[in-house]
Amino acid sequence: LDFSEHSPDSQVSTRPSNSFVIMDSLLGFVGGDFAILAADANAARSILVFKQDEDKIVPLSKKMAMAASGAQGDRVQFSEYIQKNIVLNELRAGFPMSCVATANFVRHEIASNLRRKPYNVNCLLGGFEAAKGGCLYYVDYFGTMHKMNFACHGHCAAFCLSLFDRHWKPNMTLDEGKELMKKCFTELKVRYLLNMPKFVVKVVDANGVHEIDLAAE
Amino acid sequence: MARRYDSSTTTFSPEGRLHQVEYAIEAINNAGTCVGILAKDGIVLASERQLTSGLLAPAKTSEKTYKLSQHSTCCVAGLTADANILIDQARLRAGRYEYQYQEPIPMEQLVEHVCNYKQAYTQYGGLRPFGVSFLFAGYDQHYGFQLYQTDPSGNYSGWKATVIGSNNQAGKSLLKTEYDPESTGELPSVEVALRLAVKVLNKTMDGTAASSEKMELFVMSREDTEEKLCVHRILTNDEAQKVIDEVEAEGAGAGDS
Repeated sequence: LDFSEHSPDSQVSTRPSNSFVIMDSLLGFVGGDFAILAADANAARSILVFKQDEDKIVPLSKKMAMAASGAQGDRVQFSEYIQKNIVLNELRAGFPMSCVATANFVRHEIASNLRRKPYNVNCLLGGFEAAKGGCLYYVDYFGTMHKMNFACHGHCAAFCLSLFDRHWKPNMTLDEGKELMKKCFTELKVRYLLNMPKFVVKVVDANGVHEIDLAAE
Repeated sequence: MARRYDSSTTTFSPEGRLHQVEYAIEAINNAGTCVGILAKDGIVLASERQLTSGLLAPAKTSEKTYKLSQHSTCCVAGLTADANILIDQARLRAGRYEYQYQEPIPMEQLVEHVCNYKQAYTQYGGLRPFGVSFLFAGYDQHYGFQLYQTDPSGNYSGWKATVIGSNNQAGKSLLKTEYDPESTGELPSVEVALRLAVKVLNKTMDGTAASSEKMELFVMSREDTEEKLCVHRILTNDEAQKVIDEVEAEGAGAGDS
């Protein structure tokens, strides 16, 4: 994002434009009694891969997790900031924030910082509440937010959205969800240029946020 | 001796008291009474309208009951001018919370915010405390209908039924015997709560004949539609008179036996 050309009078700090494309892949969808999020585990810059076991999915509370993508500095800073604030809210209120409130809080933070010091972060928020079932919120770095059944961020969207279109259905079981996720990973392995050997996958259900290992199955 | 420690809010007396705060609480005992009663399908706030002069223009808005947000209302006992500042604070807080979270503010958080604001005036700046007590009534998805009382010290507590303003002790002692007399633990219906509220006002306003001009009866409930929005309603004079008459009939009947 380079604001200096468009509004020379603006007070926005002009950071060096990020000429490196965001290469993180995030996927997520909603099931009958869960929400599932997957993020690639590569931490890379240009042609160099720093590590291949980076966890980009942060649990915000017992009800919700957030998968974030973007330059590592922004991504980690934003994820931790949101997580700590959600926990603080829970301590103050005495009960956890609802999924709607959590998602809107995230959106509000991105949107209100947009014309000051923007967070160059995209995210998917997956949650589960007993009364409302699973939910998924797509938030991008402009502060766009949509509640969706399935969503992706990054290049993987070009491959996986069509798979979701074809195979996602309402009220899937966790096993069906895992199968669908594995289909996506296979597709990426075959057709996507970048090598993403590992994905971190987390499920949010009535018992909270847990990581699952699809490779082992 | 205590007089030396009276004038500043920020000074404790040797007995460990904040005299200014206590005097502020006293000031409210001259104000019009407010009764709050929690019912199972809503909340009743009943207030005494103190008419100081016949020359006053008929009120277009209430002097006692104020809506704070879609899901919360309060009624006031004490200095109206002080109350206006706090009501504004409450409305702003409720609005900002909803702007940020797209969800109505949980009641206790709203009450705590107003109370923290009041507390600041008992500790910093050498300013006098707010001479206002509130009854906050509201609904949230976590704890349903709730009734809170606040005072100038910044303390608050949740109640099933309570009274603030003049003669509140008499009102509270009546509530002790009449609210849930068989200790079933069940909340009354709004209709029963309305009648009880009028009974309490009759007692605290004793001497004055009960009439719908002197009593403001407010009910908060929820719509029966899918959205389940809160309904805030001040009873019309006719509706209020009906409740007053029912209470009188009950009282007359009980007197005979």
